[in-house]
Amino acid sequence: MDTWTQPSFWLPLVFLFLMGVAMLAYVLLDGYDLGVGILLRRVTDPDRDRMIAAIGPFWDANETWLVLGVGILLTAFPIAHGAILGALYLPVALMLAGLILRGVAFDFRVKAHAHHKPWWDRAFYFGSVLATFAQGVMLGSLVTGFTHGWPETLFSLFIGLCLIAGYALLGSCWLIYKTEGALQLRAVRWAHTCLWLTGVGIASVSIATPWVSQRIYDKWFTLPNFLYLAPIPLLSAALFFTLETHLRHLPQRLAEQRPGRDWAPYVMAAGLFFLAFLGLAYSLFPFLIVDRLTIWQAASAPESMLVIFYGACVVLPAIVGYTIYAYRVFSGKATALSYD
Amino acid sequence: MSADPLILARIQFAANITFHILFPAISISLGWYLLYFKLRYTRTRDAKWLAAYGFWVKVFALSFALGVVSGVTMSFQFGTNWPGYMQKVGNIAGPLLAYEVLTAFFLEATFLSIMLFGTRRVSERVHTLATFLVAFGTTLSAFWILALNSWMQTPAGYEMVDGRAHVTSWLQVIFNPSFPYRLTHMLLASGLVVSFLIAGISAYRLLRGDKGAAAPATLKTAVYVAAVLIPLQIMAGDAHGLNTLEHQPVKVAAMEGLWATQKDVPAVLFALPDEKTRSNRYEIAIPHLASVYLTHSWSGEVKGFADFSYHPPMAPVFWAFRVMVGVGLLMLATSWLAAWQLKRKGTLHTWLLRTLAAMTFSGWLALVAGWYVTEVGRQPWLVTGVLTTAEAASTTPAPMIAASLAMYLLLYAGLIVAYISVVFYMARKAAHPEEKQEQGPAIKNATPDQPAPEGV
Repeated sequence: MDTWTQPSFWLPLVFLFLMGVAMLAYVLLDGYDLGVGILLRRVTDPDRDRMIAAIGPFWDANETWLVLGVGILLTAFPIAHGAILGALYLPVALMLAGLILRGVAFDFRVKAHAHHKPWWDRAFYFGSVLATFAQGVMLGSLVTGFTHGWPETLFSLFIGLCLIAGYALLGSCWLIYKTEGALQLRAVRWAHTCLWLTGVGIASVSIATPWVSQRIYDKWFTLPNFLYLAPIPLLSAALFFTLETHLRHLPQRLAEQRPGRDWAPYVMAAGLFFLAFLGLAYSLFPFLIVDRLTIWQAASAPESMLVIFYGACVVLPAIVGYTIYAYRVFSGKATALSYD
Repeated sequence: MSADPLILARIQFAANITFHILFPAISISLGWYLLYFKLRYTRTRDAKWLAAYGFWVKVFALSFALGVVSGVTMSFQFGTNWPGYMQKVGNIAGPLLAYEVLTAFFLEATFLSIMLFGTRRVSERVHTLATFLVAFGTTLSAFWILALNSWMQTPAGYEMVDGRAHVTSWLQVIFNPSFPYRLTHMLLASGLVVSFLIAGISAYRLLRGDKGAAAPATLKTAVYVAAVLIPLQIMAGDAHGLNTLEHQPVKVAAMEGLWATQKDVPAVLFALPDEKTRSNRYEIAIPHLASVYLTHSWSGEVKGFADFSYHPPMAPVFWAFRVMVGVGLLMLATSWLAAWQLKRKGTLHTWLLRTLAAMTFSGWLALVAGWYVTEVGRQPWLVTGVLTTAEAASTTPAPMIAASLAMYLLLYAGLIVAYISVVFYMARKAAHPEEKQEQGPAIKNATPDQPAPEGV
């Protein structure tokens, strides 16, 4: 059970890694879709169409990463899937309702009666906010090990709010990349505001997490660990201020027709999320349910995991390949989503 | 609240898969129809095929979106509603589901956007390839999920070790005894759902005075395809029934309304199965017919409920089966009549157009009824002989399930109404393209530098 040569030891690690990659990909990719949805009602119609056009060709595949992540949880760690999703029953149901509303509104808003469009836009907005908030609450409950006291509940609700700011940051940075003109300028302002909210969110979550969990406190604030881990908060801070400066000067630069690399804000925002993800992964490892269920206890039979592993080795590179291809096909500024 | 959490969890899951299956059933075959329209256009350069493609690709996009969101819901409900399922048979269900996600979902979702919005961004050849890959992906996804579903019906290629199923042969797991029959039956069902959808909507457009060339062309294609598929489906259904008789005889007993084992089995046309007295009331039956089609002999014996220690509730299976067969026969009559009229005169009578328009979503009815036959007919087992539904259920408290159930039901009911009305609305818009101006894509006319409203 303890050596690297035994599949029952290393396969759960590999699948934990794969699940992490899928979840991170989901957060970074569908995060910007949901973020654009959160921002949708800040503008009126032609701009709304443009915002949706910026995510229209991508959201379907982006949401599939969630299915892959949950699928790996389901297939590689079946016991944890039941336990985690059972404990998160209500937020999961709310998230699904949100994703359903958001997903169908994409199509209904342009295909239904014109006078129904504002209602589908509301569904789009509401669904995005609800799904994001529920995901944040789920994350909060996961970190606190599904204990249901007042501090833990407040903590989870707070993370829900922070994630709304975080996704709105990703969304507005994506819009900086995909739009131009007045809408792009507004996206810069949104991104700037959301960056501060996200920064405050990440900082308070980082402070609160060791506070609600003694185990996480011990993992971070004992001596050699603290030094090894220092790069994560330091890099985050550096990235935060680089992005802050970049966004502060961007309106001026746009006015002078030197936009620079319009994808840079998104990449930096994604970097912030990546670092937060690393910190979180370190805090939780090797547990799927804090202090109760490790990845090895929850893993399914090695033979079954091997079958998926071989498949994933062949298919995942292909998926990454054609995903990159699709992003190249739809690179550049968003144009009208027309079917011809 | 005294509601039984098991019943609530079952209703919730049933509601979700019922809602879900409607949309993949459309996207699977509509994908191939789109490929056909596209290839016809490439071959003939006749604008009507491009128009047909343009209209139906929108329906495809809408159906696909509904399929995706309800499918995501399902991937979560496996865990929230049936934790015991993955614990016991996760070694088999897991890889099959994983292969579906890896090989099919990403393929469909990624190439869908190229198929929908990429016409001007990629070459025509690549666009046709994208259309093919989407159709291929949807079909591949049906392959994996039906392999799993069939395995739950007729498990094979596994052994139980410490109370958990372990695979002994993947080939036997995938190609389990009922799989080839179920896959064929399901793919043909999807073909019929879409053929009647296309025929119905095209007929509706003609009734609404559509002067274009696309609606008659799609009507003709769909009617001919339906006329060919329906007899094939009846044969496939018969073969599937014989396969069920061999492997799940109790399900056939429920379908036929057989309480006691008997020879000279009549085909029951109508009855009210009564669980209390274990008999049928008001039975109308044709003598010997069931013996003939089930055993292919005049007085062959068929087992009834009395011979089994476990059996499903009879009435829902019995009735769902009759709904499915009834709709199937109606489809046979309509499609053959329409095909014959088209062949003879090239057009259809108004009343036949109206019948087809009324039958636009008849495929859904037969599909769901058939699905209930096979899924309810498997009860009380979740995996035949391995795991009962009750054993797999979660311990989530009833009020929580009830609350989320109410939310899902409301959402699904609203979305089905919205879907059907929007498809007909799109048909009306397509029938009168000159009135389309009211709602063009707004971006095209937008001036990029118009002042933005105030606010963050």
